[in-house]
Amino acid sequence: MFSGAALGAGALIVAVLFAVALFLVVQALPTFGAPAADITGGRGFFSYIFPIVIGTLIAATIALLIATPVGVAVALFTSHYAPRKLARGLGYVVDLLAAIPSVVYGAWGASYLASQLKGPYQWLADNLGWIPLFGGPASGTGKTILTAGIVLAVMVLPIIASLTREIFLQAPMLHQEAALALGATRWEMIRMAVLPFARGGIISAVMLGLGRALGETMAVALVLSSGPLIASLIRSGNQTIAAEIALDFPEAFGLRMHELIAAGLVLFLITLAVNMVARWIINRHSEFSGAN
Amino acid sequence: MVTLMTERKRSALTRGRLPKYTPHVIAVSAVVVAAALMSLVGFNIFGWAVLSAVLFATANVVSTALVEGRRKATDKLATSVVAGAFLVALLPLVSVIWTVLVNGVPGLLTPGFLNTSMNGVTGAVDNASVENGTPVLGGAYHALVGSVLITLWATIISVPVGLLTAIYLVEYGARNRFSKIITFLVDVMTGIPSIVAGLFAAAFFAMILGPGTKTGFVAAVALSVLMIPVVVRSSEEMLKIVPNELREASYALGVRKWRTIIKVVIPTAISGIASGVTLAIARVIGETAPLLVTAGFATTINMNVFSGWMASLPTLIYTQIMTPTSPSNSDPSTQRAWAAALLLIILVMLLNLGARLVARIFAPKTGR
Amino acid sequence: MSKRIDVSDLNVYYGDFRAVEDVNITLDAKSVTAFIGPSGCGKSTFLRTLNRMHEVIPGARVEGKVLLDGDNLYGDGVDPVQVRSQIGMVFQRPNPFPTMSIRDNVLAGVKLNSRRISRSDADDLVEGSLRGANLWNEVKDRLEKPGSGLSGGQQQRLCIARAIAVAPDVILMDEPCSALDPISTLAIEDLINELKDEYTVVIVTHNMQQAARVSDKTAFFNIAGTGKPGKLIEFAETATIFNNPSEKSTEDYVSGRFG
Repeated sequence: MFSGAALGAGALIVAVLFAVALFLVVQALPTFGAPAADITGGRGFFSYIFPIVIGTLIAATIALLIATPVGVAVALFTSHYAPRKLARGLGYVVDLLAAIPSVVYGAWGASYLASQLKGPYQWLADNLGWIPLFGGPASGTGKTILTAGIVLAVMVLPIIASLTREIFLQAPMLHQEAALALGATRWEMIRMAVLPFARGGIISAVMLGLGRALGETMAVALVLSSGPLIASLIRSGNQTIAAEIALDFPEAFGLRMHELIAAGLVLFLITLAVNMVARWIINRHSEFSGAN
Repeated sequence: MVTLMTERKRSALTRGRLPKYTPHVIAVSAVVVAAALMSLVGFNIFGWAVLSAVLFATANVVSTALVEGRRKATDKLATSVVAGAFLVALLPLVSVIWTVLVNGVPGLLTPGFLNTSMNGVTGAVDNASVENGTPVLGGAYHALVGSVLITLWATIISVPVGLLTAIYLVEYGARNRFSKIITFLVDVMTGIPSIVAGLFAAAFFAMILGPGTKTGFVAAVALSVLMIPVVVRSSEEMLKIVPNELREASYALGVRKWRTIIKVVIPTAISGIASGVTLAIARVIGETAPLLVTAGFATTINMNVFSGWMASLPTLIYTQIMTPTSPSNSDPSTQRAWAAALLLIILVMLLNLGARLVARIFAPKTGR
Repeated sequence: MSKRIDVSDLNVYYGDFRAVEDVNITLDAKSVTAFIGPSGCGKSTFLRTLNRMHEVIPGARVEGKVLLDGDNLYGDGVDPVQVRSQIGMVFQRPNPFPTMSIRDNVLAGVKLNSRRISRSDADDLVEGSLRGANLWNEVKDRLEKPGSGLSGGQQQRLCIARAIAVAPDVILMDEPCSALDPISTLAIEDLINELKDEYTVVIVTHNMQQAARVSDKTAFFNIAGTGKPGKLIEFAETATIFNNPSEKSTEDYVSGRFG
């Protein structure tokens, strides 16, 4: 009886996941059967989905470019630099970043961060405007894809930091002592005995962070003043899949609803691929690490 | 008899080293110079702190490079960068908490915020309160009720499923093929974007109950999709660390496997399981995206999760910011949004704290 | 180069607990000194204080002086990094860097100090160090292979080669043979005998025969009971310690009556 219930629960998870995929596919199907002219934008599903896929990737890339170096450094700080008595408390502080709900980050990004960034964006447009990424005129509200990316970075940072911290703490003491005994400074020790060991772990932590950044909705929905795909990061424009769904789904019906579910399916597949690669790296890595 | 060698006054080991007080001197001068520079361009505390830190790090690294050589300078540079990155990471945390406190406290202290709903609060009401300077009407009671009910139902669904799955994986699965598949799928589920979980629940109920079905229960199902993998993962970890000796001791007494699990294994691991569940609740109670597509936007109190739209704290924050009740006077809405945000953060922090307490209270008593 | 070490009034603490009490000892240059004693007597802890490696252990601190040819390792403003580049260490478990080749392992310490080392200088140094560690003939054909592919005894000799490549004044060995088989142990012991021509060698060992075989002088450490600090009981010529000790507890220990 009891073992049957346990087995049933496991089976339910399998069923749920298949159901997720199945219902998304079934509900998305009408989109692919519909005439191209009926799809939003009027030129078929691919033309509709392409800009928001790119927008999603842009936002996630910005987030990772910021969160990866900072997150790894934060992890190093809590694992190898902070005084031991403080390290634990500082770890909690980083975890606190992860505990704040995404909608609060979104609200903060929209009302505080965006207005703070207006000045810097103007400066970028004036001085570096010849680079397409910083093409003017700068947004008057600061609600751009770059702001959204920065907010995403703040949300992804604790994931990268806490995962890599665990990896750094597992780096074998044996080799760290060997490096120190050769007269290595702390940084040289980290480069000789910690970073090579942690490389796989860092990559997979970044991949998991990427999965989160791709699917994160609220930060973008609240912060970004969306529009068509553009190269400039400091003008309003661009959109991500998740934010598009959150903004439009509540009022959507008929084909539009199926269209948004199809977009959700695309997002699901992208994050699925990213997460599977991350897990694969972790599993491959775990065979080499540990006590042996 | 060997005579002890006496200590040399000028140690060869300290040759070519900066005196010990150097960093202090550099720190003080950096602060002073930064203050002077800032007074030229307009003083503010934040800029002063950043400039001082940058000046200190630069001077420290350069002086070390000149006197102690490249290796020590690289080491100090790495230390400065790592510590600097940590401080940078703290900035958003401090800024978010500060923003929420400053903007949220007035609204949270407004009488009636915690025990009234948004029922009957229209643009005209907000306009009147701005023009007459009267307190902002309307509150988050309906959203609080909604959040609690939806999360409760999500917990009721997720905990049995998650815990039983964890028991299957640890006690019965024994690394067979099926348990490997489950483990893999749980990993996959952890990565499902929350908006996709919402879409799934919406699509699922749209198919069985007709399009546009939006109730608290649909939202609870969506949250369960996010919550189950977290519960499985944390329970699995906790069950794994229950020592095998305990199980064997119980079997040796002739106790059946399922009774062993209920009477021995789970009580031993209960503290970890309970704190894991609490953390999972803390995670999903702040989820917004799935609620947007599953629960609708209600302004009234709804105690029934099975019918009608239901409000929640995250969606209240979202709607009050995105579509202020009175488009011409958005201040009352902003105030309510921040007050709700503060309430939500307090809730999440209490849950996190609760998880720590639960872990400590239920922890198996040890000798020491 | 080889330097002597004078230790005076050295106490080691873990937090509030005093692990080693009042050690006074002189370790001669170009000689092998062995530390023996029962488990937990503080001999390994004391060894680590000779190149400040104890600082890696949380809460560990030291009072007293350790003079390396007159320079106090614990003097004001002394950098532990510089101390460790002059006093090398070989650990209980062989620990070559798993991500580096045999050649890079030998050069690991050297590359820290001089980034630009010519190819031929590096080759000479690798050969010299590996010959010094009696490992050259076994690995000369696979210098680019990872160091983790060697046997335990070879790995330990690789670690010794890595330690001598930076030309230290002193080499500390913390039970270097305890994880090795008898044949590898013999190879390391032969090596220690050769090393003392150029280096001051200090070795901690559990094995009394090993101490008798390799060392010129022996120090016996003991504890009065659990929770009590470890003490240096007797320090003399190895022959004296094993044949004619002046302390009763030393005699009990070397004759195998306890420990």
